[in-house]
Amino acid sequence: MNTQTKDLVTWRALNAAMHDILESTPEAFVLGEDITTWGTGGGTYGVTRGLRKKFGSGRVMDTPISEEVLLSAVSAAAARGTRPILEIMYSDFSFLGFDGIINQAAKARYMFGGQFDTPLVIRSNGGSGIGKAAQHSQSLETLFAHIPGLEVVVPGTPGDAYGLLRTAAASDNPTIFLEHKNQYYDRGPVDFTPIPFGQARIAREGTHATIVATQQILAYSMAAAEELAAEGIEVEILDPRTLYPFDMDAVYASVGKTRHLVVGHEAVRDYGWGAEFVAQTVEAAWDKLDAAPVRVGGARVPIPYSQPLEEVVIPSKDDIVAAVKRTLA
Amino acid sequence: MTTFHAAEQGLAGLELMAKIREFERRMPLLSDEGLIRGSTHPSLGMEAVAVGVSLALRDDDAIASNHRGHAHTLAKGADFGRTMAEILGRADGYCHGKGGSMHIGVKELGVLGTNGIVGAGIGIATGAALASKMKGDDTVAVSYFGDGASNQGVLAEAFNLAAIWKLPVIFVLENNHYAQSAAIEDMVAQIDLSRRGEAYGVPSFSGDGMDLAEVYELASAAVARARAGEGPTFLVLDTYRYLGHMAGDTEIYRSADEVEAAKKNDPIEKLLGQLIEQGAITTEGWEAMTARVFAEVEAAEQFARKSPFPDPAEAFTDVYAKETQG
Repeated sequence: MNTQTKDLVTWRALNAAMHDILESTPEAFVLGEDITTWGTGGGTYGVTRGLRKKFGSGRVMDTPISEEVLLSAVSAAAARGTRPILEIMYSDFSFLGFDGIINQAAKARYMFGGQFDTPLVIRSNGGSGIGKAAQHSQSLETLFAHIPGLEVVVPGTPGDAYGLLRTAAASDNPTIFLEHKNQYYDRGPVDFTPIPFGQARIAREGTHATIVATQQILAYSMAAAEELAAEGIEVEILDPRTLYPFDMDAVYASVGKTRHLVVGHEAVRDYGWGAEFVAQTVEAAWDKLDAAPVRVGGARVPIPYSQPLEEVVIPSKDDIVAAVKRTLA
Repeated sequence: MTTFHAAEQGLAGLELMAKIREFERRMPLLSDEGLIRGSTHPSLGMEAVAVGVSLALRDDDAIASNHRGHAHTLAKGADFGRTMAEILGRADGYCHGKGGSMHIGVKELGVLGTNGIVGAGIGIATGAALASKMKGDDTVAVSYFGDGASNQGVLAEAFNLAAIWKLPVIFVLENNHYAQSAAIEDMVAQIDLSRRGEAYGVPSFSGDGMDLAEVYELASAAVARARAGEGPTFLVLDTYRYLGHMAGDTEIYRSADEVEAAKKNDPIEKLLGQLIEQGAITTEGWEAMTARVFAEVEAAEQFARKSPFPDPAEAFTDVYAKETQG
């Protein structure tokens, strides 16, 4: 088990979390397509590298390309006393097994009157930025967050990736853990401690406007904040880290200070989770706002392949700067 | 192969089949009375499959069922009163009224739920078998599904996964010849469904699902294979449902003559005849058994009727293991 803080890239932080989970939790096992022998030695992005060598093929298992059975099987395996961690190569592929996630895992506890827990983690990646096009680049976190029974995690830094994955594995609920495919090589400090769900992180303190953002848009927001600071505008940036449970109290507290709100995500803006955060803020904290909140999100189009096309449908740093200025205008 | 003992499995099976039939016979009546919401799917005529398979199982084995799952649940050992209470949406139901007929789970009996998705149990049982393998225990898992559900894609994936990992799972296809109202002849080109198992390397057997002894022996052999680590087995059991798919089914898709002809092959009558012939039960013994069965199911129904509805506040519990919302 790691203890001292280290600077790691995200995939290594996740790899360390998987290692520590398998070491500390005998009931845990890891499975997925091509997770041990792909070029990285650990799935498409290296996250499972070295785990089979350390823990054996009995606990780290390559599966056939069979999302439908895998997603329902892990639900039942969890209900029968194990703690599966299933890697879905791209979150887009989870659609093949939505029955297992949504009709089975998410509902088992409720519809059977609390008899069964389904402590499973579905790890996958979403997001755009590396030219994977329409069927490998969607941001589906809103869709999962809409389903009662699921927990939804969207880590935005290597440290959060480690800490939130540890918590996901310890949770007795089915957890959707969505990594961002364009952040596997982001570097940052990892202190190797679990991070509780439902606690937003203040990524930057400020006084003029609050930005709530995740993953790639969080990174763009940090860059936008630098640019705005040069003009004398200090934004506060919140990373909710989990979309369910979600930390509205942190949003209310921040808005109470800044009186302005921008919500940014890469998922399609319309009907996205940003609308939920804005709606709740407006309903519960209208008196704390001096202006209408602004949402920034992906355009309502599938993700295109060509780079200039992809870039224009995903919010940029400039879009965030403009959104902040709009709410402050 | 495990041998079917008339005096043991035979008599126990006969009584359990009769009890399940009496339970299921009451479903349309309770529906007509407005006591059952939504839909319920009785399985009169199909009792030998659930009972024959269950006789080969232990309490700690798992089953995953489908929408027509009362018999599977009851045969696995579920209390008739609590099952009826669940179907009536009452507080004493196994799921406190949250599941109803299509979502009855009983954790201590390994009943991983009847299921509103007809083929979902195929993947669920595969997962229970995976848990068995991971834990290194010798439990087995059974999936019950129909000829209709066998056309869902999960079947192919589950067969392949179970075969490569030698999972202790038994896939039990109850072929009652109709997928809701669609006749099997119109929905599959290869009527010998057992050939689907062979294609994936899953040993497959067809049998008479109206014959308790045959079901028991096929299931026992499959269970023995699974416990020995030899992997999955596919059983295709030919059976028939006497009632419609659910209440309100006009049954325009089949003739009354066909139903009457099927009833001549009734699993309870057939077993009773075999047991009388073997001297395991007398006509008087059968009369006493049916009276006992009637009284027990009547008591179960009265228990369910008297059970209160759950407190409305229960609608908001059990969503998460811990109420994690901040």
